[in-house]
Amino acid sequence: MDLLEYQGKQLFAAHGIPVPEGKPASTVDDAVAAADALGYPCVVKAQVLIGGRGKAGGIKVAESEDEARAHAEAILGMQIRGPRGEGPFTVHEVWVEQASAIEAEWYASIILDRSAKKVIAILSAIGGMNVEEIAERDPSALLKRYIEPGTTLDPDAGRELAAEAGLPDDALDATGEVLAKLYSMFGASDATLVEVNPLILTADRDVVALDSKVTIDNNALFRHEDLAEMSNPSDEDPQEAMAKERGLTYVKLDGNVGILGNGAGLCMSTLDAVAQAGGSPANFLDAGGGSKAEAIVDALEVITSDEKVTALLFNIFGGITRCDEIAKGIITAYERIDIDVPVVVRLDGTNSEEGLGLLADAELPNLHVEKTMLGAAERVVEMA
Amino acid sequence: MSILVEKDTKLVISGLTGREGTFHGLRNREYGTDVVAGVTPKKGGQDVEGIPIFDTIGEAVSERGANTSMIFVPARFAAAAMEEAIDAGVETVIAITEGIPVHDMLRTYWKAKEAGVRLIGPNCPGVLSPGKANVGIIPAHFFEAGPIGVVSRSGTLTYQIGNELAQAGVGNSSIVGMGGDPIVGSDFIDIIGWFEADPETELIVMVGEIGGDAEERAAEFIAEKVTKPVVAYIAGFTAPPGKQMGHAGAIISGSSGTADAKAKALEAKGVRVGRNPTETAEIAVETIGSRA
Repeated sequence: MDLLEYQGKQLFAAHGIPVPEGKPASTVDDAVAAADALGYPCVVKAQVLIGGRGKAGGIKVAESEDEARAHAEAILGMQIRGPRGEGPFTVHEVWVEQASAIEAEWYASIILDRSAKKVIAILSAIGGMNVEEIAERDPSALLKRYIEPGTTLDPDAGRELAAEAGLPDDALDATGEVLAKLYSMFGASDATLVEVNPLILTADRDVVALDSKVTIDNNALFRHEDLAEMSNPSDEDPQEAMAKERGLTYVKLDGNVGILGNGAGLCMSTLDAVAQAGGSPANFLDAGGGSKAEAIVDALEVITSDEKVTALLFNIFGGITRCDEIAKGIITAYERIDIDVPVVVRLDGTNSEEGLGLLADAELPNLHVEKTMLGAAERVVEMA
Repeated sequence: MSILVEKDTKLVISGLTGREGTFHGLRNREYGTDVVAGVTPKKGGQDVEGIPIFDTIGEAVSERGANTSMIFVPARFAAAAMEEAIDAGVETVIAITEGIPVHDMLRTYWKAKEAGVRLIGPNCPGVLSPGKANVGIIPAHFFEAGPIGVVSRSGTLTYQIGNELAQAGVGNSSIVGMGGDPIVGSDFIDIIGWFEADPETELIVMVGEIGGDAEERAAEFIAEKVTKPVVAYIAGFTAPPGKQMGHAGAIISGSSGTADAKAKALEAKGVRVGRNPTETAEIAVETIGSRA
């Protein structure tokens, strides 16, 4: 789960990491009141889960109440696309904060290196651009330090890192402190990514986190009730929200072939097979191991509520999942909801003969059975 | 020989008394696995269809000689159960549980490493050595004993490819579910290394997917250390960046972890990569046939 900038900053503040003073607001009046209370100049920042907000016009400096109002009006409700075309995301909240006098911009992050199975701290004297750009411009400018298992990143180790990165002498202690606190927050919050870009040096020679990017491990939310409440469902696609509510693993894509598979790997493989057959998948939906009839009805409702879907493919290999249960689910779904697109079904594995028998007896309209995964992919692409 | 689970596997199951634990534990026993004990705190002295339950894994090891542990407990207790198994001195821990916090796995991974315990999973379907033992939830009836070792990050995709191999008349030495999480106890490199050392395995099929760089590292390892033919399949060519595709570990971060990059890394080291599960099985069968 990704946190919004201000949610991340509130978490920073709770762990003693300096951030500019600010307030969140979801209406223009609240934003103006926040600006008045903080004083001018201040910055009005769109709160959406993508980078490139500044370039998209989502971050503006206000010198006066009138400007604060104008910026809040422009930014609240605006639609922002990410640098890779993500979104659009609608801005429901802004974060209003005191403007900082920036002397220097750096980059700091704590991430999980899944191949080394270690946590890694990264610091760079170059900041304000994304880490890939820094790496491209000057890989040696990115200083990386593995935190060996059983050890920690304390302020002294952080200070050493800061010195190695070439930060100014009078900022080393403060930067060391910030790195140590970021590291302890990373563990305490079950984060998988904590990034500060830029980490700034102010005119008063303070080290302050001017932005935040924090990802929390979804699997650990059970022990972080406060963080679990921060999720921001209003940004979600309607089908994704519906799937989430029903406990289904669904990802929306751009195409028109609706897909339901069992197991994440087989489902991904099914998307690939449809694409190889010349089609374009509309979604990823893993009905899960041991799928029961009720889950199939739920899944079909989610997939068919996407108006772009013109044909549907079921690709099931029953291991623990029983194909007769899947067939019962399909039959029930036809009774309960309007399915007006052609459906191609491939059922193989445990109890497949029983499942196919049930489907044949039900004589469902516009439902086509294929024996193999590749045959089914080709058929559904023809019909879409 | 096979790898990881064998005729001499003596299995203790943490979570045997739960509904799923009982179902799969009894299926494993039915297959011929020597299930010697179950573990559930405060239920010591009971039994599940004749399998004795102990309060701790340590007791199952000392009283019943358990050498392999299967973890079937809910995610929030799973790391503690794995650590208990490592401390109890089993040789192999196989964790089926899905949804374990990644920081818990980080700690457990290094504990297993230091103790020299082989950890498989979590979030995996287990390990099957056809005709010998089945530990986990792999539906064993599709598979026969034979010369192909399979290692996979995905359960159902393994069954799909295994079934296609079986239909072509080729069986398996062992089938290892590596797990779909960002941090798993054993990577492709570890498991392919064990297959390389196993005299019964003649060819290795590896099934990867988007996310991380385990496949890229495996490509290097295969080029340097593996003499047996390896055939690969990678799922997720159509997966968009930044989206988690079912498995916690299946996510393309920025431009890294794509299926395309993985397939190219493997092909660059001479590993044949099937475009789909069917073609992958066909390549494996053809390669085995040409060696026979």
